[in-house]
Amino acid sequence: MREGSTADVPITFYRLQGCPFCERVTRLLQTYDLEYQSRFVEPLHSKRNVVKRVAGVRTVPVVVDENTGVTMAESGNIVEYLERVYGPGSEADAESGSNRNGNENGNENENRNENENGGDD
Amino acid sequence: MPDFDVVDLEPADHPEPGETAPDFTRPLVGDEYWEDRSLSELAAGGRVVLVFTPMDGSFLARYIWDELVERGWEAVDATVVGVTISTPYDHKRFVDERNLPFDLFSDPGNGVAEAYGVAHGLDGMTGVSEPRPAVFVVDGDRTVEHAWVASEWPEFPDYDALEDVLGLEE
Repeated sequence: MREGSTADVPITFYRLQGCPFCERVTRLLQTYDLEYQSRFVEPLHSKRNVVKRVAGVRTVPVVVDENTGVTMAESGNIVEYLERVYGPGSEADAESGSNRNGNENGNENENRNENENGGDD
Repeated sequence: MPDFDVVDLEPADHPEPGETAPDFTRPLVGDEYWEDRSLSELAAGGRVVLVFTPMDGSFLARYIWDELVERGWEAVDATVVGVTISTPYDHKRFVDERNLPFDLFSDPGNGVAEAYGVAHGLDGMTGVSEPRPAVFVVDGDRTVEHAWVASEWPEFPDYDALEDVLGLEE
């Protein structure tokens, strides 16, 4: 299968079915109304060579964003990245002319548990 | 008289040459991951050969895919893909075990086979319907160039006739 992005979807999202770290990223991608292509990998790390090649790690989630040329692992980093690039107050947000004011997620963001690096699936 | 039965299947109401093959989106499983793909996306890259088989693990699926590998269909100027009801996890194992150079669509609900008129309810496996063996060659506009659908159970594709269509030389 091709390794590049599929069709015209700029964000490729490597994920594991049911993985909570991945669901967190899914929720944010959906909140920001971003188009993404999901690629599901297997539970066994040894069967994730594609993720290793793309991101240098065997954990998911991994997001490859061709809009910015960024490839990112670790759900905490990805969430931070998505908030910064596509979240309320970001350039992308201003361009989209959206009325989001950012309050709806504010508390949740502050309370986010940061103790998760290495905790991804 | 043989002491086994090859059973006639009901006539299939499937897309005929010249008609447009139904578009669909399902997870397409390769050797490393699976992702949603549509037939129209694949067709945009050129000719597609859609190979419907019974579920992974059946001898029919194994015979068909092993035959296509042996005949070198990897080299045909077309995207060869499978369709059956097996889950992505089953497909992934099937692809790995057989070193299959082809990707397989996962369609547990059998909706694609239904849309193509080739669904087959299994006697003795209540509630399980899978595709009967069938092969459709479609061009970039999803126009059917060639259709082969099993009329007996079991029956295997007419590989030689398909290779004439696909221009695969010995």
